[in-house]
Amino acid sequence: MAEITTAAKKVKLIVTRQDAPESAPYTEEFELNYRPGMNVISALMEIQRNPVNAKGDHTVPVCWEFNCLEEVCGACSMVINGKPRQACAALVDKLEQPIRIEPMKTFPVVRDLIIDRSRMFNALKRVKAWIPIDGTYDLGPGPRMPEKKRQWAYELSKCMTCGVCLEACPNVNEKTNFIGPAAISQVRLFNAHPTGEMNAEERLEALMEDGGIEGCGNSQNCVRACPKGIPLTTSIAEMNKQTTKHMFKRWLTS
Amino acid sequence: MKGFYSRKLHSLLGVIPLGFFILEHMITNFSAVEGGEQGFKDSVVWINSLPLVLILEIFGIWLPLLYHGVYGTYIALQAKPNNGRFRHERNLRYLLQRVTGVIALFFIGWHIWETRVQVALGNVTHEELGGLIHDIVSQPVFFMIYLISVLAVSFHFTNGLWSFMVSWGITIGPRAQRVSSYICMGLFVIVAVMFTWSLFVFRGMEFEASGTAMLHTLKTVIG
Ligand code: SF4
Ligand code: FES
Repeated sequence: MAEITTAAKKVKLIVTRQDAPESAPYTEEFELNYRPGMNVISALMEIQRNPVNAKGDHTVPVCWEFNCLEEVCGACSMVINGKPRQACAALVDKLEQPIRIEPMKTFPVVRDLIIDRSRMFNALKRVKAWIPIDGTYDLGPGPRMPEKKRQWAYELSKCMTCGVCLEACPNVNEKTNFIGPAAISQVRLFNAHPTGEMNAEERLEALMEDGGIEGCGNSQNCVRACPKGIPLTTSIAEMNKQTTKHMFKRWLTS
Repeated sequence: MKGFYSRKLHSLLGVIPLGFFILEHMITNFSAVEGGEQGFKDSVVWINSLPLVLILEIFGIWLPLLYHGVYGTYIALQAKPNNGRFRHERNLRYLLQRVTGVIALFFIGWHIWETRVQVALGNVTHEELGGLIHDIVSQPVFFMIYLISVLAVSFHFTNGLWSFMVSWGITIGPRAQRVSSYICMGLFVIVAVMFTWSLFVFRGMEFEASGTAMLHTLKTVIG
């Protein structure tokens, strides 16, 4: 008896699809057999294996991205039941049905659930989110990082550029060129590093460019949405402090 | 001017001088609660007896207000609120800050037209302002508009003070921001109550006598 009921249990998905970057989005419904421990990725894999929609019509399999399957790569971000999050960490048991799945439309949609997060990587380039260690000769070991600092900096280093914080931010949209919370927090991370600190001013100045830190409107959605629990609003306020200080310093010393 | 500086200036002007002016205005209005019509008259006369009052008005109120209003509208228009998806108090305050800012802009523009501009045109004297406001807020519709607007302005100022402290890097950690939001929301209650209280007093009988005549003058001017 018990087996029959589990076998009959269904999972209903409503997926927002889009065939090409410029084409109009539409929704398609799917009904799958429930399996214990299912997550949104395994549900989408099921559709891939058997691309038949709820009406019983054969359809094109839904496209999406994933890599790590353990919430560390950020590739599988999508909007699930209204919340931007990682599909690999979204357990079907914990989701209200029907499960609505949409792409994170803050980013350009490539196809179905695949989005183009290039703007995030460009933002990291803009703020120079790296530590220059190459020279024409051996520069030797860098200065050590105090343990206390390492502990909070490690939290910031967990960012996987997943884009959830940008999707959650009301100031990241087509009307603005706001760089978004993730890159601002990365400036704090690289400026905290003893070697990275040597280029701290370049990164602060990048945040003072148009579309930089001034774009923050304090809705504080980012810190609540970040799957890695990164203290984004603390990072933003800290960078507000450092850019403000830098502004006065530049005025008074130049 | 680069966005960074214009946004910083916008945030600063909202507190200094505009925030201070709001507090000053609140205290002036409240003198009607404490000292009645005469008390209010005395306060208005006192503030207008300050040295270089026109310069103070231009650089302490009008220009900052114009900049804060215009740039603030631009900020408000750039927002794409998502309060349905993210229901929490900070996000609500983000939306309210923009909505109350727009309300404040319209209200303040209208209010300046009714009062300061009419004084400048010679239609009203400083002594008659109390009566003028009495006539306006005695009409239920205008009273409601005034009530909503002073609440909006009070919120915009006090919540703006909270985000000023974030934007200038004064309150950084979550605890500091939480404490400052309690303080700012406490200030909101105080400012809102004082403005509202004065509004009710302006509605009262005491201001009536000198008011009715003024309304007729104003009606002939505007209408
Ligand atoms: S800060 Fe958090 S939400 Fe934003 S990109 Fe990084 S991991 Fe994703
Ligand atoms: S697949 Fe890497 S975060 Fe989901």
